[in-house]
Amino acid sequence: MTEPRFTAIEAGLIERARGGDPDAFYELLRPYERMVYATAISVLKNPADAEEVSQEAILKAFTGFKSFRAEARFSTWLVQITYNEARMRLRKARPHLYESLDERSESEDGSISPRDFADWQPIPSELLEKEELRQAVHDAINSLSPTYREVLVLRDVQHLSIKETTTILGISETNAKTRLHRARLQLRDALAPGLDGCWVRGEPYRKVRAW
Amino acid sequence: MAIIEISCAEVWREISNYLDGEISAELRERMAAHFKVCAHCTAVLEGTQNVVGLVGDGRVFQVPEGFSKRLYEKIHTR
Repeated sequence: MTEPRFTAIEAGLIERARGGDPDAFYELLRPYERMVYATAISVLKNPADAEEVSQEAILKAFTGFKSFRAEARFSTWLVQITYNEARMRLRKARPHLYESLDERSESEDGSISPRDFADWQPIPSELLEKEELRQAVHDAINSLSPTYREVLVLRDVQHLSIKETTTILGISETNAKTRLHRARLQLRDALAPGLDGCWVRGEPYRKVRAW
Repeated sequence: MAIIEISCAEVWREISNYLDGEISAELRERMAAHFKVCAHCTAVLEGTQNVVGLVGDGRVFQVPEGFSKRLYEKIHTR
């Protein structure tokens, strides 16, 4: 026996949404709006494209809701549809770039030398109230290659499990872990110039060291 | 029982799995012992943990103003 995935209320909404009720679908979807948008923007980088693709993906999900199987998680299903839409958009816009990145070889043993930031001062999460820091985090995420970025977004932004991540991206668990590892270390390196205390002191984001 | 020492390079390779609890108890113990004596690896661990916490914060990716309303309208006018 598997545990029921949905509450009685959700099950009711699913039933109504299957019958094409837009209010039911909208209600079901609301907790996942941010997830869909974050997925789209992580692929497309641009807020306007991300919103358009999010909405197209959600409409597609609504139209195809009959094919949603109750044993899947609604969030995983939605994110998968959004990824497909976003990648399709990217492929149309920049076919050569997309193909070359998509076919990168996976000779990744995970060996990477993190840079030495010994006088590390953590950035307190309260500072995310500042647009400047949010932008710096976005820039750092955008600086990752797409294959690393997508794993990082699913695992660390969306908090999906390794299993869900491998299902959505169609990659092996080993690959997912290796990419996540590299993504995290690169992200740390990318944010490091702001990490020696300038955030805490309220100074503008800038490269404070020579590297 | 003595803990077998581990090199910095090996520690770096497993930092992410260490954070996710995706390693064996034996390796975890070896890494923990290494962190106690290696300031560099500790800095890497703490920095990585810090950025993972930051990107996972709901404030980083916010939907644009009016997103929900536009979505509502789109679903209803399809």
